[in-house]
Amino acid sequence: MSFLTGLLADSGPTIPQFGQTSSCVTKNETFCWTWFTQNWSSKVDFEARLIEHVKLTVIAVAVGFVIAFVLAVLAHRARWMVGPVTFFGSLLYTIPSLAAFQILVTITGINDWTVEIALVSYTLLILFTNTLAGLSAVSPDVVDAARGTGLTDAQILLRVELPLAVPTIIAGLRVAVVTIISLATVAAFIVPEGLGKPIFDALNAGDFNTKFIASGVLCILLALFADALFVLLQRLLTPWASVRRAR
Amino acid sequence: MTGGQTGTAAPLEFRNVSKRYPNAETAAIDSLSFTVPAGEVCVLVGPSGCGKTTAMRLVNRMIDLTSGDILIDDKTINGRSTTDLRREIGYVIQHVGLFPHLTIAKNISVVPKLLGWDRKRMNDRAHELLDLIGLPQEMGSRYPSQLSGGQRQRVGVARALAADPPLMLMDEPFGAIDPISRERLQNEFLRLQREIRKTIVFVTHDIDEAIKMGDRIAILREGGQLVQYDTPHHILANPIDDFVARFVGADRGLKRLALTRIDEIRLEDASVARGAGESSTVRSTATLRDALSVMMSDSMRPLLVVDDNGNPTGSVTIELINEALRRDRADERTASSS
Repeated sequence: MSFLTGLLADSGPTIPQFGQTSSCVTKNETFCWTWFTQNWSSKVDFEARLIEHVKLTVIAVAVGFVIAFVLAVLAHRARWMVGPVTFFGSLLYTIPSLAAFQILVTITGINDWTVEIALVSYTLLILFTNTLAGLSAVSPDVVDAARGTGLTDAQILLRVELPLAVPTIIAGLRVAVVTIISLATVAAFIVPEGLGKPIFDALNAGDFNTKFIASGVLCILLALFADALFVLLQRLLTPWASVRRAR
Repeated sequence: MTGGQTGTAAPLEFRNVSKRYPNAETAAIDSLSFTVPAGEVCVLVGPSGCGKTTAMRLVNRMIDLTSGDILIDDKTINGRSTTDLRREIGYVIQHVGLFPHLTIAKNISVVPKLLGWDRKRMNDRAHELLDLIGLPQEMGSRYPSQLSGGQRQRVGVARALAADPPLMLMDEPFGAIDPISRERLQNEFLRLQREIRKTIVFVTHDIDEAIKMGDRIAILREGGQLVQYDTPHHILANPIDDFVARFVGADRGLKRLALTRIDEIRLEDASVARGAGESSTVRSTATLRDALSVMMSDSMRPLLVVDDNGNPTGSVTIELINEALRRDRADERTASSS
């Protein structure tokens, strides 16, 4: 046993000794289901990490969407804004995530703000570009008819352009959410939150497979679930987009 | 056939209207003056770049005029709220511009909704209009993408008619439709117009369509100048200059014949055709052009005219067709000298 412990301390996985440790864990097999269920709502507490992860993502995408949406609506009317906003968005988007977190810590310190600011900045370009593209793609004939029929500019935006932009806007949200779910794992580098925490822990503990895989798979499942949610949302919001076409 | 189509129509007057764009050397519309009596179709026609669409769009202030005045029902459009004005004017464009995210019924109800009608009144009106344009009621719950081009165009007309506007603007409404469907839509529209009697400004580049649809035709040339404004008959009988003559075409004589039905002219007795031997027959509702065409394939002999039941009502001869053309020209002379 002491030989094993020494070996583990030097090179192998540092398997946490929570009470009885199964042979699956000590052998660091690919995935130990029992260990995972034991750690679902206690100890590692995947459930809590998952909820933290959802919170990080929802806040980032929601805030990013509000900012990008307002900018896109403004830029739709004032086209000169498109260049500067796109440039700024691309700049934020290109900064490597780890670097972004590091830089921000020096300004905002080690807290949730830092994480959210970084995550929001990654959503801006995607959400701005898609919202603007959706608004711009509305046929000029439709807008002309709306104007000629007596809709005000605000009514044209709210009743015609935005509803017609919904599919493109949701496409942007899908990309943004999936991106943020994956990026949010890196956030654990700053604050011990989300599914990134067990991933970093597993890496530090010498590649504890089960913990590593469990966190990763949860991330993937979360992304798939969020994506499906948006597909469903789009079906509900745009029944006109899925009707059978004549001729 | 449909209640509530008693309808209102308002006269429209262009009074010395000009439109100049900044930095443009020439005017887009140059001192345009003409009057459309209530309930008539005025076709604006001319080569591309003549400003016909611009002139039309000045009426509902999609474009604002530079000088002059436009009066609807003797009231100026200057200084009116553009949205209020537009809600009182039907608007139909070439590519229809139906709202893809709204059902047909909701598309038709756009203006009534803006005007704050209650739900029942909007639904009743949508049903009524679907009947009027000859679409089955179940189409009301479909989306525009599920309709054919011709059906969409009809819905565009219904949408424009929804709040019973006294004036309609139609910009090449049948321009994007295939020739066969276009002819059917034109005929349907003429039948509809006989029923609703709206004042209509109709823009087209097609002189044949102008002759067919217009009670009056305004021929414009580049620079937005009005060259001639008259009834189709008079324009064909007496084009004011070479530009108009070339624009209406060398076959304007035939076009005039196509405007007159056989039962609108004096006929010889049926015995005239019978006396000429085995004669061809022609329906009294056919045009003089049809009659001439039949004659040409029959050695120019007189034709026996029959009514819808096949009973002879008289004979038409080449002399009578000639007489009809001469009378048009005489009408024109008295009209222009008065």
